[in-house]
Amino acid sequence: MGPIDAALPEFIIALSAMALLMYGAFAGDRATRGISYASILVLAVAAVALSARGGAYAVLFGGQFIVDQFALFMKWLVLIGAALAIWMAPGFNEREGIARFEYPILILFSTLGMLMMISANNLIALYVGLELQSLALYVIAAFHRDSARSSEAGLKYFVLGALSSGMLLYGASLIYGFAGSTGFETLARAFESLEGQAPALGLVVGLVFVMAGLAFKVAAVPFHMWTPDVYEGAPTPVTAFFSLSPKIAALALFVRVMLGPFADLMAQWQQIVIAISIASMLLGALAAIRQTNIKRLMAYSSIGHVGYMLIGLAAGTEAGVRGIAIYLAIYLAMNAGTFGCILYMRRRGKMVETIDDLAGLARTNPTLAAAFAVFMFSMAGIPPLAGFFGKLYVFLAAVDAGLYTLAVIGLLTSVVGSYYYMRIVKLMYFDEPSEPFERDIGAELRPLLIGTGLFTLLFFLWQSPVLDGASAAASALFAG
Amino acid sequence: MRDWPLLSLVTFLPTAGALFILFVRGDEQTVARNARAVALWTSLATFVLSLLLWTGFDSASSDFQFVERAPWIPSFNISYYMGIDGISLFFVILSTFLTPICVLASWDAIKVRVREYMIAFLILETLMVGMFCALDFILFYLFFEGVLIPMFLIIGVWGGPRRVYSAFKFFLYTLAGSVLMLIAILAMYFEAGSTSMPDLMRYGFPASMQLWLWLGFFASFAVKVPMWPVHTWLPDAHVEAPTAGSVILAGVLLKMGGYGFIRISLPMLPYASEYFTPVIYTLSVVAIIYTSLVALAQEDMKKLIAYSSVAHMGFVTIGTFTLTFQGIQGALVQMLSHGVVSAALFLCVGVVYDRMHSRLIATYGGLVHRMPMYAAVFMVFMLGSVGLPGTSGFVGEFLSLVGAFRANTWVAFLATTGIILGAAYMLYLYRRVIFGPLVKNELKNILDLSPREIAVFAPLVAATLLIGIYPGAFLDPMNASISALLDHHKQAMAALHSVTFAGR
Repeated sequence: MGPIDAALPEFIIALSAMALLMYGAFAGDRATRGISYASILVLAVAAVALSARGGAYAVLFGGQFIVDQFALFMKWLVLIGAALAIWMAPGFNEREGIARFEYPILILFSTLGMLMMISANNLIALYVGLELQSLALYVIAAFHRDSARSSEAGLKYFVLGALSSGMLLYGASLIYGFAGSTGFETLARAFESLEGQAPALGLVVGLVFVMAGLAFKVAAVPFHMWTPDVYEGAPTPVTAFFSLSPKIAALALFVRVMLGPFADLMAQWQQIVIAISIASMLLGALAAIRQTNIKRLMAYSSIGHVGYMLIGLAAGTEAGVRGIAIYLAIYLAMNAGTFGCILYMRRRGKMVETIDDLAGLARTNPTLAAAFAVFMFSMAGIPPLAGFFGKLYVFLAAVDAGLYTLAVIGLLTSVVGSYYYMRIVKLMYFDEPSEPFERDIGAELRPLLIGTGLFTLLFFLWQSPVLDGASAAASALFAG
Repeated sequence: MRDWPLLSLVTFLPTAGALFILFVRGDEQTVARNARAVALWTSLATFVLSLLLWTGFDSASSDFQFVERAPWIPSFNISYYMGIDGISLFFVILSTFLTPICVLASWDAIKVRVREYMIAFLILETLMVGMFCALDFILFYLFFEGVLIPMFLIIGVWGGPRRVYSAFKFFLYTLAGSVLMLIAILAMYFEAGSTSMPDLMRYGFPASMQLWLWLGFFASFAVKVPMWPVHTWLPDAHVEAPTAGSVILAGVLLKMGGYGFIRISLPMLPYASEYFTPVIYTLSVVAIIYTSLVALAQEDMKKLIAYSSVAHMGFVTIGTFTLTFQGIQGALVQMLSHGVVSAALFLCVGVVYDRMHSRLIATYGGLVHRMPMYAAVFMVFMLGSVGLPGTSGFVGEFLSLVGAFRANTWVAFLATTGIILGAAYMLYLYRRVIFGPLVKNELKNILDLSPREIAVFAPLVAATLLIGIYPGAFLDPMNASISALLDHHKQAMAALHSVTFAGR
């Protein structure tokens, strides 16, 4: 039994979330804003507890739960993502008439699940964390319960998510059957003792099933089908949340599982990762071109981004993990910023969601258009914006690992992908303005846009905090 | 003086001006007026500062001068590393020279969103100057690619009717080329463990690797130059861009490709540069002859000048890859000359476009009767483009042809036909626009150059004649760097041969 304070952030979130739930049940929906801010405070306290301890290595709960630098970095990103998603929600939810106190609490619970995923050191802990996260997500996807689209999104997500969880569980049971353990360290030792010999076929099948389950959670092709529908149907702050924290947690989990217990089976999984990475980049770039709904477009964009991050995993090196970590941090900022801009798209008391509604934004609201353009150029990976550096470090790892073909394909798809980001810039800057958006959108989005915008714009000046954190995170995975 | 971070000042002063414009408040008229004034004074100050680079430049040295180096991304050994030598010096000055001219040329022509326009131009200036000064590859790439953002907006927002198509074509073509260069940069970084250009020049890359790296850079530079057959974005972009956008595009952005060949391909990849020389020769000769013939058939003035740019840049690539002293001198001077002359020709088109809102040659005729001053100015640049002795064009074309003659007489012969064709299409253009009777009614009241336009053209005329009459002022600072480049090339080839023989 290790030092229990290593899991302090998780305890804080779990206990506060339950307390807030009780409070909310008695205070009712009037308390929504208060509970939202309290939840952000809880996340901040958890972040403080996380940093106070640092990333010193510890294993708790009979080897189920691991804390290291990698977990520290990823948990930071998840906490920031969750806090941003709660921060941007109240105004939107009030205008849509869905301001219920459960929203921040559900996010807290799913954040708890994500923290457990990131720290999972056993297939069972992995599954428990994943399910805690997913169950909360199914509910908030359908949070707008009077809207058919939102309900459909929730149901679709639930059915497909349950299917993928089943696959993952089945794979885990196969692995347990053939390797005799669910603990990551035991598995790693077992595969190390193979010394390059091919593992049992059943084990490989199990590995493939686990990967399928994880690929579903990160929304990589060919397990991406739920993404556009869920992104489109869910209320916009929920979509923003989906694109931030769960993605980070799932990718962290993917990386930990592949490079932890299955590191010695790299020959078996590397080609799968390369294949889904290429497929995701291609689909993300090509399918987005025809989209007219901005949220669907962002769904395909996120699929593409996952493809780029998986390049780092395909490299399977420390540089690759560092690339993923940096990419995730940058992706967090620019995606949160983009969704902040999307939340501004309101006319006559209603959300508008087609990209044509952005026409001429540079005339009607130049500041918003400039921020949106910064995020779009960054997503397209044009230097000197942050998105370029995300891609740079990932491709650096790919070239280092000798994956030239993957790097060339990745960069060429990024050229194709830049087309649809530029189309949004074109709509905002080149086209004639349509009716302006509502102005009284609440003050809370402004600091969000300024913060993420400045981060995206000026990342190139001073990147060492992110770089150092990412380097520490990556070396933690390769310490053993 | 020497202790000042002069290069950084020249590079980032325009950005400071852009930030200042960003915070100008007031109604639209005031903002526009102030934005124009700030942009003009900032770019003039930048130009004056850049002249200090010229005066302070030590022509005898082939080393990088005004060097600044500071850690930037220490964990990857990437630094903020700036410096210029005889090869980059005049590109920096060309960039700072053309920007105030562009601002002045857009004074009345740009009426909407003046603030954004001026910001775009000042940011563009920072990126252009930075690109020519950068000695670290990642920094270089940052500036090189960053240029796309303001240029995309300039073409797309203030361009002509088909601006959207042109802006996208420009953006996607250039981006596709540059990402392949990025791969090559990363591969170099892993081979040599550094992104500093001087280090990489000293590092001898293995021959087989050089070929791939060279192709990666070629993809990017060939699109930028542009070389046939990837030149098709250029006529579109030029025709649709606003006048000042065309000026910068022709004046500076095209030079990025030529500069890249001389700065990167030749010294870092000497074996591959020799290996691929026939390809360059072939493409350049095709470009010179084919695009000259195409230019002869154009009815749109801007398109004609755009095609002539492709032909003129063909001389640059030939001169560069002759790997002779004169050839590289010629390539550099040709780029300078083309930077001034084609920029001025686009401005000439802009003058009549502002008055008649047509770029078609058929709209005009007999302008000499109403616009004698304009006719004279146009003539200077037309002759500069043709390469008449005494103008800048002659020096560049002559030297690159001397180099070509030493390397390959057939290439020199075929390229020379391009000069004849060049004279044909330029004189033909001039005759149709300027001479002949003034029969069209709408031209009867056209006005000659305004004082502002004279201020725009005077420095360009002076530069054209200065390079033509006293090229020594420009050649002297280049010479040491070019000799060093060629010596380095010989040594690198010798080293490579000895490795190959030892391996046998």
